[in-house]
Amino acid sequence: MSKKILLEKVNIPGIKTYEVYRQNGGYTSVEKALKTLTPDEVVEEVKTSGIRGRGGAGFPMGMKWSFIDKKSGKPRYLVCNADESEPGTFKDRYLMEFIPHLLIEGMITSSYALGANLSYIYIRGEYMWVYKILEKAIAEAKAAGWLGKNILGTGYDLDLYVQIGGGAYICGEETALIESLEGKRGNPRIKPPFPAVSGLWGNPTVVNNVETISAVPWIVNNSGAAYAEIGIGRSTGTKLISASGNIKNPGVYEIEMGLSVYEFMNSDEYLGGMSTDRPLKALVPGGSSVPVLPAHLIYKTANNEDRLMSYESLSDGGFATGSMLGSGGFIVYDDRACIVRNTWNFSRFYHHESCGQCTPCREGTGWMEKILHRIETGTGREEDIDLLLSIQSKIEGNTICPLGDAAAWPVAAAIRHFREEFEYHVRFPEKIKNRDHFVAEPFEKVKHLVSKLTV
Amino acid sequence: MEKSQIKQNINITEALTTRINELISHYPDDKRKSALLPVLHEVQDAHDNWLSIELQDKVAEILHILPVEVYEVVTFYTMFNQRPIGKYMFEFCHTSPCCLNGTENLMDYTCNKLGVKVGEPTADGMFEVRGVECLGACGYAPMMQLGDFYQEHLTEAKIDQLITDCKDNKIILHDK
Amino acid sequence: MKVTIDGQSVEVAPGTTILQAARMIGGEVVPPAMCYYSKLEGSGGKCRCCLVDVTKGSEADPRPMPKLMASCVTGCQDGMEIASKASPRVQEARKSVTEFLLINHPLDCPVCDQAGECDLQNLSFEHGNPKSRFIEEKRTFEPEDIGPNIQLHMNRCILCQRCVQVADQLTDNRVHGVMDRGDHANISTCISKAIDNEFSGNMIDVCPVGALTDKTFRFKSRVWFNKPYNAHRDCDKCCGKTTVWMFGGEIQRVTGRKDVYHEVEEFICNGCRFDHKNVEDWIIEGPREFEKDSVINQNNYTQKLEKVEIATEKLILEGREIDHKKISMSEIDYNEKIDGNLIDSKKNG
Repeated sequence: MSKKILLEKVNIPGIKTYEVYRQNGGYTSVEKALKTLTPDEVVEEVKTSGIRGRGGAGFPMGMKWSFIDKKSGKPRYLVCNADESEPGTFKDRYLMEFIPHLLIEGMITSSYALGANLSYIYIRGEYMWVYKILEKAIAEAKAAGWLGKNILGTGYDLDLYVQIGGGAYICGEETALIESLEGKRGNPRIKPPFPAVSGLWGNPTVVNNVETISAVPWIVNNSGAAYAEIGIGRSTGTKLISASGNIKNPGVYEIEMGLSVYEFMNSDEYLGGMSTDRPLKALVPGGSSVPVLPAHLIYKTANNEDRLMSYESLSDGGFATGSMLGSGGFIVYDDRACIVRNTWNFSRFYHHESCGQCTPCREGTGWMEKILHRIETGTGREEDIDLLLSIQSKIEGNTICPLGDAAAWPVAAAIRHFREEFEYHVRFPEKIKNRDHFVAEPFEKVKHLVSKLTV
Repeated sequence: MEKSQIKQNINITEALTTRINELISHYPDDKRKSALLPVLHEVQDAHDNWLSIELQDKVAEILHILPVEVYEVVTFYTMFNQRPIGKYMFEFCHTSPCCLNGTENLMDYTCNKLGVKVGEPTADGMFEVRGVECLGACGYAPMMQLGDFYQEHLTEAKIDQLITDCKDNKIILHDK
Repeated sequence: MKVTIDGQSVEVAPGTTILQAARMIGGEVVPPAMCYYSKLEGSGGKCRCCLVDVTKGSEADPRPMPKLMASCVTGCQDGMEIASKASPRVQEARKSVTEFLLINHPLDCPVCDQAGECDLQNLSFEHGNPKSRFIEEKRTFEPEDIGPNIQLHMNRCILCQRCVQVADQLTDNRVHGVMDRGDHANISTCISKAIDNEFSGNMIDVCPVGALTDKTFRFKSRVWFNKPYNAHRDCDKCCGKTTVWMFGGEIQRVTGRKDVYHEVEEFICNGCRFDHKNVEDWIIEGPREFEKDSVINQNNYTQKLEKVEIATEKLILEGREIDHKKISMSEIDYNEKIDGNLIDSKKNG
């Protein structure tokens, strides 16, 4: 069994309620921080822990905290990003639904560290029942004196509220989230200025993911150094992985960074192997935005080293032969999955979720979706494959926010590793028409039709 | 721009006003506009799940903002409906991880069973089937959202049961 | 602070953006801008036409910036070095953005009132590809009537949002905005409401394309058949300084005075723009100058027009006798080649 930090207590009956959570050591980090540590000492602990943002970008949390503008004297805010919408990711919901007080405890301790007296949790609109759970938990915490004026008699005040979104993936981008929190359209802002200087209502703001904030109580209770001992290299601590697709045990798992992908995939403690006896075909290890890995690059890197569940190992080989840990959305495909259809599906997602503010993303995502749809439905042209590569390269890096990159990478990776499958779609349209998501014939069986080696 | 000409009865009840005022109190006094999204959810839930222009104007009035600021937001987010929708809206997640577990076939099944196409309510206004993007339940696929809740690990038998339960008025859409 | 763009240095004040610095230098280093408008707060950053390559961040931190930066919203740092037109990467990015802007844009310049003063035309001329790679159906929108003065053509819109900023910053009650999202985002009032406040006409002037045009000028004339003059009148609502566009003795339309970057010098009121089309209403100051390569100069009366005479050998337009014979073919032998020699039957098989 690997170390559990976030999900340690999740199976205790009644842990959703304040009483049980408190009886099991809940809110001790607030006591410790407010009574024995200065805000800067809390920030130092978090820096020492080496924890990196769990929302997908992997930016060191302590560094993000240290950027917040304390000199201007403006009010500071902490905003929790609970707008979990990356396809393949459902870990934050699990935390908030089953152990809501952990996030609230993390919010109080973190707000104290940042000197914020007003904080928000921005949750996606579709998680309406989780919103209600959090509202209830906040009311309980407030009734018990953990929120409001003069918390624990230390003179520290904090108000914490949940804000509900309205259905937009883009609001997971921190500046779009802030716009949405201000009651506007979720258009990402142009940076700089960064939220640490000018965020919510123009004031210094830190936006952190649910999982990141939920790790703060443990770090404060056990020290940043203890956290940094867990994991491997610069990937410290534990990570929640949301596993889905053609596997035996889909769900949310807490793993120690550095676990091998092979063990995670096949051990009964985790995914338990494939759900059928079909072979593994591909893996998206970090949510739909990250490059897909073909079977031969999943367990081993291109250098024939074991592939591990860590920021570094998953991105080993760059985009040519690697991928990214991203948000930990682990999607597993067996050989019935059609890569072209999957790529079209992801493209449709980004087309649907583009905010429409900047040109390359607004126009490019729709264009890619239309081409992929044509290829998938049997009216693709040979030149469409290179056209797709060209379009994605024109979007990548040229947009206001990372959604453009997120839309471009999966297309590039799918063509890079599965080009033959695209060619098959173009050359044998009659064979790929009238199918649902699964392939009548796994690609391995028809591969010879497009193989250059056949005469 | 999808607009509905159907007249909507607007009724901002006392309970609703109390809730709206509570939501507004979550923000600094001069930042009333920030309450827009939560207020729209509350108002929509209390008005048959859709927001007519008149109702949006009412929200603008409550929050002291311009009507166009409400229209901009309502049209941006997918959860706000600008026309009457089926009372029981089956919103299937049709993003890839769910599709790997057969969502597309299940949507076809549901549509056939109800005799509708995706995006069209049944003649009696009871049901509607929609495909939506990732709902964050990939490990529990196939799944759909019904009201404020998720229905997960769906099968054809479960769909049949849900339809029966809806007809028997056994399904709670909003937890108020 | 000193910044260098494509090898040309300029001293700028702190807070100056790269685009502003480039405009201070002028000429070819100036990046194209479709959404930035110096007179509108919060404009810029969206169209991505003005991307530049920051090859040196600053004297203090000389690292280059990894991504191309939108020059209109990126502040200058002391010692910053920037590659604009000189960078192939930048040229490629501008080409990309131009292609993206055009894929769904109707190619209806021949019937578009903006033609001749359209920033997208200029951008395409400079960075466009003559052949489109887009074979899908173009996106279209339902037409919307926004009142008697302004014509909205949503299909042509590039969503620069300048018109929304005009309404926000010049008037009290904005009634239009950006609706929907993604590639269906559109400018609309949502309820087909007339946009009729006193300064709404400036939306036409700030629109870089033909999405918002002057209804009172609609289909009256191509802009390059008009003669633009600076004119003014006493106006209690605005500066009263305008450009009047004349055809013969008639004022066809009134606009703000636009500079070389097609930004108006000062915003004008709807009274001046729509309701004063008599020559007597205005004091004409003199011809309005346009940038050298503008098509509007076609009809600029500052150029002396002389009768064109084609100096050439006599009868060249009517043709020589020998050619008449050949063109009519009536007297040509079947075996005679065009040069008059007979075909060598052996040689040609």
